[in-house]
Amino acid sequence: MTDIFDIAVIGGGVAGCSTALHARLKGASVILLERGRCGAQASGVNYGGVRQQGRHAAELPLSRRSREIWGNLAELIGTDCEFSATGHLKLARNDADLAELVCHQSLLRAHGISVEILDSADLRRRFPYLSGLYAGASLCREDGQANPRLVAPAFARRARALGVDLRENCRVTRVERSAGGFRIDIDGAPPVRARRLINTAGAWGAAIAAQLGDYVDEAVMAPNMCVTEPIAPLIGPNLGICGGGIYIRQSAHGSVIFGSGLGIADRDRQRARPLPDITIEAATAAVEMVPQLRNVLLLRSWTGIEGRMPDGLPVIGASPNTDGLFHAFGFSGHGFQLGPAVGAVLAELSLDGHSPTGISGLAITRFDRSLVTAGH
Amino acid sequence: METAAVIVGAGPAGMAAAQVLAEAGLRPVVIDEGSHPGGQIFRRPQPDLMRGIRQLYGFDAGRARAFADRYAALAPLIDYRPETQVWAVSDGQVHLMEKAGATVAHWTHLVIASGAMDRIVPVRGWTGPGVTSLGGAQISLKAEASPIGRRVVFAGSGPLLYLVAYQYAKAGVDVAAVLETARPFARFSQLPSLLSGGRALAQGLFYMAVLRTRRIPIRTGVRLLDVTRDPDGRVSGIGYRWRGRDRMATCDALALGHGLKAETQIADLLGLEFTFDELQRQWLPRADRDGRSSLANVYLAGDGLAIRGSDVAEASGRLAAFALLHDTGCTVSAHAAQDRLSIERAAGFRAALDRTFAVPPTLFSELADDVVVCRCEGVSAGVIRQAVKHSGEADINRVKAFCRVGMGRCQGRLCALAAAELIASTAGTDIRSVGRMRGQAPVKPMPLGDLIGRRP
Repeated sequence: MTDIFDIAVIGGGVAGCSTALHARLKGASVILLERGRCGAQASGVNYGGVRQQGRHAAELPLSRRSREIWGNLAELIGTDCEFSATGHLKLARNDADLAELVCHQSLLRAHGISVEILDSADLRRRFPYLSGLYAGASLCREDGQANPRLVAPAFARRARALGVDLRENCRVTRVERSAGGFRIDIDGAPPVRARRLINTAGAWGAAIAAQLGDYVDEAVMAPNMCVTEPIAPLIGPNLGICGGGIYIRQSAHGSVIFGSGLGIADRDRQRARPLPDITIEAATAAVEMVPQLRNVLLLRSWTGIEGRMPDGLPVIGASPNTDGLFHAFGFSGHGFQLGPAVGAVLAELSLDGHSPTGISGLAITRFDRSLVTAGH
Repeated sequence: METAAVIVGAGPAGMAAAQVLAEAGLRPVVIDEGSHPGGQIFRRPQPDLMRGIRQLYGFDAGRARAFADRYAALAPLIDYRPETQVWAVSDGQVHLMEKAGATVAHWTHLVIASGAMDRIVPVRGWTGPGVTSLGGAQISLKAEASPIGRRVVFAGSGPLLYLVAYQYAKAGVDVAAVLETARPFARFSQLPSLLSGGRALAQGLFYMAVLRTRRIPIRTGVRLLDVTRDPDGRVSGIGYRWRGRDRMATCDALALGHGLKAETQIADLLGLEFTFDELQRQWLPRADRDGRSSLANVYLAGDGLAIRGSDVAEASGRLAAFALLHDTGCTVSAHAAQDRLSIERAAGFRAALDRTFAVPPTLFSELADDVVVCRCEGVSAGVIRQAVKHSGEADINRVKAFCRVGMGRCQGRLCALAAAELIASTAGTDIRSVGRMRGQAPVKPMPLGDLIGRRP
């Protein structure tokens, strides 16, 4: 039995489970504490998009690195979690949107990501199932999709198999600095001690951070998701649109998954539910984009609780106030694709002190000048 | 605030509640999937297929007639919405799919009388054509005057087995056999309670007697093996084991059912508290003796609360309505005591029925790996077992995510109970810890186009 772990991870979403796995692969002793079940919140109930294009510049290095991991999932965790590079097609509503997509193309290129710009004639020819409402699109072929319900549990299983002390249904009641690291009080068991602490607590991340003196505002969101009955292959690449709104993908199984708008999230009671009116809006938008969906049966709607930062970007990186503390939370709907690389980078940062992947634009210090310490 | 009462379901429970509320001067909205009040038990045929009421409802003819008469008097006093689905529900609103499209009804008080459906225990070959649920076979005959086959086997367990077999025999259909997996007469310990059933028991014995007079074999304590088919896929018979020997009943259609299960999706969507009912082997919404749920102003009645039959359904519908009136400050008539008493009196007989026709967990644990459990997604018992073993999971919603059981068009309405038993037996855990498949809107699948309105 380890008296003091090299690393304790709080939160068993994709980011937390990946951190535990990557840290363990580097030889560290690791404990992961998950209040419910791994992947039960945002990591498990999101849309399942694995997308690089359309991201903020601050996320792109991480996104690029994550895409590499997605391509090697089977090797890393023994299953590909139904990852498939179906491509991602971002549609332009008008010429101004198209100009933005062209602009974004050069940003992506700088990060080694290539996309193809299509005009409306290309769209009609190559994606005839789309309504003719679009001025053009940007196609990123290496983007794709995976089954979110499988990913965090698969990372967790692998981590546990390699010796991570992975505890589910284990609620953290208090976190504090102690000699040589951190003391973490948990329900119904002796406190856990660790030299380093990784906070991947999702929508509850800011609450953990606050216990150690890092204060940020984190709201919650609950993406309203829908899935249809399986139908014959119709939609190739995942579909998105400039300005946000509806997003649609078809899984290899044939189900069409789409979302738009937000349901209701109650962070304290850990309950979230989709809203019927939002489901109707999403269905309307989905049929507007792909008219053939009109006669397809809607089977389910769902949502989950996700943290959202004021600028819509996650907090990732070292604490400015506490040595050995690292955060990755408030993913604002962007966490699924990023999750695998977040784990790799946090393992590097916490164990090696540096990572080849740039995350400077995601630091917690961006929210409050007073958080910037003398060292920075 | 003005009381806006909405009743979901227009079977015996929903209509009994509607009558009490209407008499109290409320004008309840009554939402019915069907086109006439009556639910499954008093389902009416298409007008051109109408037959004598005696022929349609047998012993229940008198009650059916009384029900129809009562409804005729009630019609002007309620806001009745036929052919309407509840697809979602939230605080203060039920989201409806009517013929004209999606609408919303507002409620301050909600009575859920959502009824029941067949409980299916999978048997090899049950997912192909020619195999119908027992309730489906009954509806087919009652509402469409169309038996499911020319020579039909009734297999499964429970009182409905004998009733539907009897109705088919009376309609002139060749009933090849009744195959009962329980041993209803082997448990003398239940006899006193069963005898308390009075009329219901007498009816059951009468159906059996008629079937025997017609030389229709009734086999009890059978184990169903597989549905056999012709080379062209049509049902040719059902293999079963009886008294230690494998046998075959030839038929061209099979009606299959192991009693009923409560339809609880709406209660679940509202987040009501559930408890596991040991006898009915199902999670049921919790309610006090008058049907008050765990959520204020939401009431439960009928088979959607617990399977107790149509007599109790009526009484429980009235009780729910009395409770609603009481909670809104109205004075309540003295009937409540009488209804409570009749429900209590029926409880012993119901419990004895549940015990007599209980589906033993071994029916699931002994299922062969190749038998399909989830028809919509084609998930076999073996795949479910493997998902449990590989993941180490026994939570039904996790297992669902890993192997797709219950993810298809029926949303687990047919397979969830079987899947739960299978998961429990594979994981070697108590069925309570397996949990229940969470309800997700829409309650039943519907085309996106219906949801968003008519074609422009």
